Amino acid sequence: MFKRFMQLRLRDLVILAVILFSLPAFLDNPFHYELATQMAIIAATVVGLNLLVGYAGQVSLGHAGFFGLGAYFSAIMTGSYGWSALPALLVGAILVGVIAWIVGRPILRLKGHYLSMATLAVGFIIAIIINNETGLTGGPDGIPVAPFDLFGWELSPFGSYSLLGVELSGSQAWYLFSALVLLLAVWLAQNLIDSQIGRALRSVHGSEVAARVVGVNTAKYKSLVFVISAIYASVMGSLYAHFQGFITPAVAGFDFSIVLITMVVLGGMGSTMGVILGAVVLKLLPQLLADFQELEAVMFGLILMLTMIFMPKGLLPTLQRSIGRRLKKKAEGQA
Amino acid sequence: MFKTMMRRAVALVAAAGLAMAAQAAEPIKIGSFLSVTGPASFLGDPELKTLEMYIEKINEDGGVLGRPLELVHYDDVGNASSARNFASRLIRSDRVDIIVGGSTTGATMAVAPLVQQAKIPFISLAGAVVITDPVKPWVFKTPQSDRMAAERILGDMKARGITRIGLISGTGGFGSSGRAQTLEVARDMGIEVLADVTYSGSDTDMTAQLTNIRNTEGVQAVLNFGFGQGPAIVTRNYAQLGIDLPFYQSHGVASDSFLALAGEAAEGLRLPASPLLVPDSLPDDDPQKAIVQKYKSEYEARWNSKVSTFGGYAYDGLMLAVKAIEAAGSTDPEAVREALENIRGYVGVTGEFNMSPDDHNGLDADSFRILEVQDGGWKLIN
Amino acid sequence: MFAEFLQYLFTGITIGATYALIALGFTLIYNASHVINFAQGEFLMIGGMATVSFMAMGMPMLLAIILAVVLAGILGILLQRLAIAPAKQADVVTLIIITIGASIFIRGLAQLVWGKDYHAMPNFSTDEPIRVFGAVLNSQSLWVLGIGAVLVVALVLFFTRTLIGKAILATSMNKDAARLVGIRTQMVLMLAFMVSALLGAIAGVVVAPITFTSYDIGIMLGLKGFVAAAIGGLGSGLGAVVGGLLLGIVEAMAAGYISSDYKDAVAFSMILVVLFFMPRGLFGAKVVERV
Repeated sequence: MFKRFMQLRLRDLVILAVILFSLPAFLDNPFHYELATQMAIIAATVVGLNLLVGYAGQVSLGHAGFFGLGAYFSAIMTGSYGWSALPALLVGAILVGVIAWIVGRPILRLKGHYLSMATLAVGFIIAIIINNETGLTGGPDGIPVAPFDLFGWELSPFGSYSLLGVELSGSQAWYLFSALVLLLAVWLAQNLIDSQIGRALRSVHGSEVAARVVGVNTAKYKSLVFVISAIYASVMGSLYAHFQGFITPAVAGFDFSIVLITMVVLGGMGSTMGVILGAVVLKLLPQLLADFQELEAVMFGLILMLTMIFMPKGLLPTLQRSIGRRLKKKAEGQA
Repeated sequence: MFKTMMRRAVALVAAAGLAMAAQAAEPIKIGSFLSVTGPASFLGDPELKTLEMYIEKINEDGGVLGRPLELVHYDDVGNASSARNFASRLIRSDRVDIIVGGSTTGATMAVAPLVQQAKIPFISLAGAVVITDPVKPWVFKTPQSDRMAAERILGDMKARGITRIGLISGTGGFGSSGRAQTLEVARDMGIEVLADVTYSGSDTDMTAQLTNIRNTEGVQAVLNFGFGQGPAIVTRNYAQLGIDLPFYQSHGVASDSFLALAGEAAEGLRLPASPLLVPDSLPDDDPQKAIVQKYKSEYEARWNSKVSTFGGYAYDGLMLAVKAIEAAGSTDPEAVREALENIRGYVGVTGEFNMSPDDHNGLDADSFRILEVQDGGWKLIN
Repeated sequence: MFAEFLQYLFTGITIGATYALIALGFTLIYNASHVINFAQGEFLMIGGMATVSFMAMGMPMLLAIILAVVLAGILGILLQRLAIAPAKQADVVTLIIITIGASIFIRGLAQLVWGKDYHAMPNFSTDEPIRVFGAVLNSQSLWVLGIGAVLVVALVLFFTRTLIGKAILATSMNKDAARLVGIRTQMVLMLAFMVSALLGAIAGVVVAPITFTSYDIGIMLGLKGFVAAAIGGLGSGLGAVVGGLLLGIVEAMAAGYISSDYKDAVAFSMILVVLFFMPRGLFGAKVVERV
C-alpha cells in the first residue's frame, strides 16, 4: 500500500505542491521568503542536473557554468541592451542549449572521471571568461540585474502586489512564482523520465554497452539529456539573477558546481524529491551553522561526510527505505 | 571559538550590568557581514577582531546613548550571494539598527540594493570607487577608493620622472578594479602603460608575466595591483629576475605580514598606505598620530598579531556609526543616515573624514601616505 | 628571445613538477580504489603548514619536515579507515563527495589550529637564484625537481620490487581475484592512502618555499593535480608525471606568449583537446567495460 503510494509520480507532485503552498504558514519575514525562493530556484536547477547524474549516470562538475551563462546573459541583455526579461531568458536558454550540444557530443563519449574532468574544464573556461571580460560582465566585482518583467508587469522582491484580492509583498510574490516554477520543473522532469527517453537513459545508466547492443542510440540520448539539464540550469540562472538583483562570477564558479552535484548525491541520485531535499538541506545548513562562526567549516564537512558514509544512497531514499521497512514490519506484526 | 563565545558572554553580561545601572536599556544592534574565512579572510579577520574588541570597550565605558552595543555578525566566506543572504537576515530577522561590514566590493554591491530598499544605514569596508560613486543615500564607506590609490602611486611616479610603466594585477575584484582605475588615471596624467599583465589569486609563480614586462622596451617602473599572497610572490619573483626598475605595490598589501612573506625581496618598493604602519614616524603635529598609535597598540596587545590597514577600516566604520548615533540622539535610521552624511573633521585611523551629501567616503587622496620598504621596515616618504 | 623561452620553460617545469607530485598521489589512490580523492590537496597543505608550525616551535627544519610528513601519513590512514572503509557499498560518486566533505573538514580544522595567515618557509639551500643563458632559476626549483625524480623512482621500485607494491597493483586490477590469492585488500587500500598522503605532504613541503603556505593552499593545487592526472591518463604513473609537466609548461607559455588573463583557460582547453583525441588521457589504460 505504502509502496504503491510512493511509486505514483503524480503523488510526488501533489505532495510537493502541498508542502510548497503550506510553507508560507511557517515563514514570518521577507528574509525567510527570500531563502525559500532561492531554495526553489536552486532545487529546480538540481532537478535538471539529476536527469543527467541520476538517470544517465553522467557526473557533471561544471554545471554552474551553464547556470552562470544564463544568469549573465539575462543580466547583460536586460541591463545593457534593453531586452525584456522573458526573451532574454528564452534566447539565453537556447544559446546555452546549443553550446551544451556542441561541447556535449565529444565530451559525452568520455567515460567516468574523464567526463567529469571535461565538464569541469568547460565550467572553468566559462567562469574565466565571465571573470575576465570586465567590459561586458562587470568582472569579478559583479553586475546589477534589472527586476524580472513579464509583458510590462514587473516582479521585484521590493514591490507590492495584489493577487485575487490578497495583498502580497514582493518577496511573497517571488516565492509563489518560484514555487510554480519548481512544480513545472518537476512535472517536466517526471514526464521525461516516464517517456521513452527516460527508459533509454536508465538503460545507459545500467550498462552503456548493453544498452548499445540492444539498439539504444546511447550517444543521442546522452547528449539530449545533457542539453536538457544545461537548459534547466540556464533558465534557473536567469531567474536567480533577476531575483538577486546582483550577481558575481561566483554563480558560474567551480565551488557552486560542487555544491550542485553535492545536492544531488546528498539528497539521493535518481530521486527527484530526494534532490530537492538535498538542495533545501545544503541551502539551509550555512544559515543554521552561521552561529558557530569558526567551527562552521568543520561542522559542514563532518555532516557531509557522515551523511554520505551512513546514507550512501542519499537522504530521501534511505529514509524511504527505513520507513518502508518499519511499515512492513508493523504490517507483518499485525498479520 | 569557545573563547569567542565566552568573551561574548562576558561582554554581554558586563554590558548588561552597565546598562542596568543606566536604565534597563535595549541594546543598539550593530549588524555585520565580513569575509572572515575564504580567500578574502585577510580583510575580514582583522575587521571582525577590531569590531569585537571596540564594541566591548565601548560597552565597558557605558555604551552609546546609555545603551550597550550588540554585535550580530555573519561570515560571508567572500561570496557575494551569501553576503546578500546574511544582510537580509540582519535586516529582517535580527532587525539591526545599522550595518558595518562588507569586506569586498562584490559583497558590498550585492547588498547595496537591499539596504537602499530597507532604508538601513550601511557603512561598507570595501574599496572600489563604484560603491559611493554615484552616491547611494544609505551606503557609506571608510576605505579610500582604489582610484585614490592609483592617483597617489602615479603621482609619486611622475614626481620621480617616470612616464612609462608596466602594470601587473590580480584577476580578483580588488586587482581588476584597481587595474581599470590605474589605466584611467594614467591616461589622465599622461603616463603610458606599456605592458599590462595579470595573474589569478591562486597562482604560485608570476615569473612568466614579469619576464614579459621586463622584455617590454621602455618600461621605467612596475606597479602591481593585487592583494593576498599573490603580490608577495610577485615581489619575490621580481627580485629573483633581478629587475632593478622602481617597484610599486598597492594598498592591498599594506600590512606587516606582507613584509614577513616577501622578506628581503621587498626592499625599496613603495606603496600607498594609511599611516597605521608608521605611527611613530608621523610628525607630532599630525592629527592622526595619537589615534593611530592608540589603535595599533591596543589591537596588538589584545590579539597578539600585527595590525593591518584593513582592521583600521572597521575601526573607522564603527566609530563613524557611534558618532552618527550620538549626533542623531537615537537609532532612527533616517536621523542616523543624516548624521553620517554630516560628519566633518572626524580624524580616524584611515584619515580625516569629511562626509557630505555628495561624498559618502569623505576622504581625500592625501590620506594615503607613500611608504617605502627600507631595512625590512616601513619608511614614510610623504 | 631564447632567454625568454628558457625562462618560461623553467617556470613551467617548476610548477609542473609540483602538479606532477600531486597527480601521482591521485593516481595511487585511483589505482587502488577508483576513487578521485578530492582531499589530496589537503595532504599538501598539511605538509607545508605543519612544517612551518613545527619550525616555529623551534624544531630544526629536517625534524619538522619528517614530523609533518608522518602527520600527513597518519591522516591518510585515518581518512581511509574512518571515511572510505565504512562506506563500502557506496557509489564512486558518493565516495567522491565523502572526500570533498573530508577536505572541507580538514581545511576547517587547519584553519582553527593554524589560523588563516599565509606563512613563508625558507629555501632548503641558498636564496641566490641560478642564472642560465640569461634565464633565472630559483634554487628551490632544483629541489622540487630532484625530490620529484627521487620519489618517482622510489615509487616505480615500490610497485615492481616489493610485495606490498605488487599487492596494491594486483588489487587495482582485480579486487576479487586479489582477495582470492590472499591479499588483504582493506590493508592495501589503507597503504595506498598512506603513501598518497606522504607524497602529497612531501610535495607540500618542497614547494612551500616557492608558493608560501596557508590553510587553503590545497584547494587550487589539488585541483590542478587532478587535471594533470586526467591529462596523463588516470592510473598511469608516467601519465601523472608527463601530465603535470605538460600542464605547468603550457600555463607558463600561455602566460608569457598568449595572454596572462586566459592562461588557465588555455590549460583547461588543452584538457578538452587531449581528451577529444585520446579519451583516456595520454597514457591511460584501455579498460574493457564488463557487461
